[in-house]
Amino acid sequence: MASVTYKNVFKKFGDLMIIKDLNIQVEDKEFLVLVGPSGCGKTTALRLLAGLEEITDGQIIIGDRVVNDVAPKDRDIAMVFQSYALYPHLSVYDNMAFGLKLRKTPKEEIKRRVGDAAEILGITDLLQRKPRQLSGGQRQRVAVGRAIVREPKVFLFDEPLSNLDAKLRVQMRAEISKLHQRLQTTFIYVTHDQTEAMTMASRIAVINKGKLLQLDTPQNLYDYPNNLFVAGFIGSPAMNFFPAKLVKEGDKMLVDTGDFKVAIPDKHAAPYKSMDGKSVVFGIRPENIHDPEFAPQNILAEKITSKVDVTELMGNETLLYLVSGKNSYVGRVDPRSKLRVSDSAAMIFDMDKFHIFDAETENAIR
Amino acid sequence: MSNNPLSRFFGWFFHRSRGDSPFKTLMIHATLIVACIIAVYPVLRVVTISLRPNDTLLTTDLRIIPENATLDNYKEVLFGDPEKNRQSDFFLWIWNSISVVAVTSVISVILAAISAYAFSRFRFPGREAGLVFLLTTQMIPAGMLLLPLFIMIAKLKMINTSLGLIIAYAVTSVPLTIWTLKGYYDTIPVDLEEAALIDGASRVTVFTKIILPLSTPALAIAFLFSFMGGWSEYLVARVVLQKNEIFTWPLGIFTFAQQFTVSWGQFAAASVLIAIPVMALFLYSSKWLISGLTLGSVKG
Repeated sequence: MASVTYKNVFKKFGDLMIIKDLNIQVEDKEFLVLVGPSGCGKTTALRLLAGLEEITDGQIIIGDRVVNDVAPKDRDIAMVFQSYALYPHLSVYDNMAFGLKLRKTPKEEIKRRVGDAAEILGITDLLQRKPRQLSGGQRQRVAVGRAIVREPKVFLFDEPLSNLDAKLRVQMRAEISKLHQRLQTTFIYVTHDQTEAMTMASRIAVINKGKLLQLDTPQNLYDYPNNLFVAGFIGSPAMNFFPAKLVKEGDKMLVDTGDFKVAIPDKHAAPYKSMDGKSVVFGIRPENIHDPEFAPQNILAEKITSKVDVTELMGNETLLYLVSGKNSYVGRVDPRSKLRVSDSAAMIFDMDKFHIFDAETENAIR
Repeated sequence: MSNNPLSRFFGWFFHRSRGDSPFKTLMIHATLIVACIIAVYPVLRVVTISLRPNDTLLTTDLRIIPENATLDNYKEVLFGDPEKNRQSDFFLWIWNSISVVAVTSVISVILAAISAYAFSRFRFPGREAGLVFLLTTQMIPAGMLLLPLFIMIAKLKMINTSLGLIIAYAVTSVPLTIWTLKGYYDTIPVDLEEAALIDGASRVTVFTKIILPLSTPALAIAFLFSFMGGWSEYLVARVVLQKNEIFTWPLGIFTFAQQFTVSWGQFAAASVLIAIPVMALFLYSSKWLISGLTLGSVKG
C-alpha cells in the first residue's frame, strides 16, 4: 500500500512530446482512473510508473521512494495488461506463481496465495489449464489473479476490459471495484471508456494530448467540468455545445447562439456581467433538456423551438436528436414523450444546469 | 462430369476440386510428374548401382533392381573386406560428421538465439546495417569464401582439426539462423516480456524463462537447418581436413575414388546408407519443416 506521485513528469519519444508536465498525487488506497482518448498519453503515463519506459524529466514517487531509476521488478507493483499477457507455455497456476517463484517465495506460501487468489476470482478449477484453453473472461481473471498473488503496493491496469464483450465488461467492472474494496490497495487504472472511469474511480484524471486537464471525483467532473474537452468527454451522450456570444440586454445577460437566445438566470449571472460581446461556447447536458409535456416543475426553463430529426427509444428514456437552425443537439427525455421525427416542439432547457466556456481558451467560466 | 468410367477414374485420380479444365489438370500433373522423375531418377540410379555386382557396374541396363542384385557393396562399406585385409572407416566418418555437425548446430543456435533477441528487441546504432550485412553474407557463394576461410583457419592453426571445421561451419550458418529466429521473436508479443519484467524477472530470466520456451519450434528448425547444411557439406571440409581419422563422411566416401580405380558400387552404397538417417530425420520433422519455412511471416 502506497501513495503515488507524478511530479513534473515529461516524456518524449524522439521529438514527440507525449507527456507534458504531468502532476498527479494518488493517495494511498485510492482508485484513480486515467481517462482520455486514444493516443492521449494515458498508457504512457502508466508505463512510466511501471518502469517500462524511462521518463524524460521529472520524478515518479511510489510511497516515499523516487523510482525513476528503479527496475520494474523492484518497484513493488503489479500490472494487468490489455492483452492479458499470460505466458502461453505455462499453466494458469504457473502463470500466477511465476512472480512468486522468481522471488523465491516458499512453495507452501505460493500454493496458499495462488489458491486464495483463485478462490476470490472463481478460477480454482482452471488452475491446471493452459491460457489458450480459456475464454476471454477467464484469461482476464487469471491476469488479475497473477497481479493479486504478488500482494504489491500498487496495482496498475492498462485497459483491461477493452477486449471483453459488453456484458462481461459490466460484470468485470463490478468485480474489479469489489476487489479494490477487498484488497484496500492503491489502484491506477487506464481506460478510454468514460463509463468505466465514472463507475469505478474514486477520482478521475482526464488527460488529453499529454496534459492533465482535470483531476477530481467522478461527480465533480461531471457537474463542474473545467474545460470544453472534459465537458465533452465525460457523459454519454456527450454534452451539447452551441457556439454563442454573451449579450447584455437591459440588466439581463443572454447567450445568443444566432438561432436562439437564452437568458442566464440572475443567480448564476454574476461571472458574466462584464463579458458583453464575448465569444463563448454554451453547453448543456442532454438530461437537462426536456420534452415540454413532461418537463419537471420549478425549473428555470428556457424554451427553444426545435425540430425532431431522429428518435432513439431506450425503454427507460428516449433520446431525441433535435435541430434548431444550424445547431443540432441531443435531448434525453421522458420515455412517454410523444415527439416523433419531423415534429416541432418548444424544448425546455433547464437553465440551472448550464455551462459556459471561453471560446478561445476553452476553459469554463463560472 | 460424365459417367464414362475413364473420366470417372481421371476425376478421382486428379481430384479436380477447383473446377479446372481437364487439360489444365493434365498439364499440371504432367509437369509435376516430369519434375518428380527428374528429382528421383538420380537417386534411384544410385540405389541401382549400389546393388550391382562389381562386374556389371557399367551396364546400360535400366532396371532399378539389377540382375544378380547383391548387398556385397554394403557389406564392404560397413565392415571392410577381410580378404583384402581392408578395414572400414565408415562408422568413423559418420561419427566425425555427427560430432562436427551437432557441435556446429548447437554453437550456431546458441549464438544466433542470443543475437537474434538483441536484433529483435533492442534499438541500437548499427542494428539495421547489421541485419543487412548478415543477409549479404548469405549472398556470397560458398566457393568464394573458401580461400579466406582457409587463410583464417590456418592463421588460427586449426587446419586439420575438427574444431577448425566447426568454426568454419558455424560462421556460415549463424547469419541465416539469426534471421530465422529474429523473425520468430518478432511475433512474440512484447507484453509477455513486460509482464515478466514487472513480475520480477531480469532480462536474462525473461529470455530463458519466457522467450526460449516459446521459441522451441523455431529453435528446432534452426538446429535442423544448420544440421542439414553441415551434414552433406564437402568443399569446406575438403579444404580444412586432410587426415583420414577426422574425415567427415563426404570426404570419406571419396576415398573409394582412388587414383586408378573408382569403386562406384561402394561409393553408391555409402551414399545410400548416409541418406537413410537424414531421410528419416526429414520425414520425422517434415511437419515442423513446413511450418518452419513460414515461421515469422504468417504467425499472428
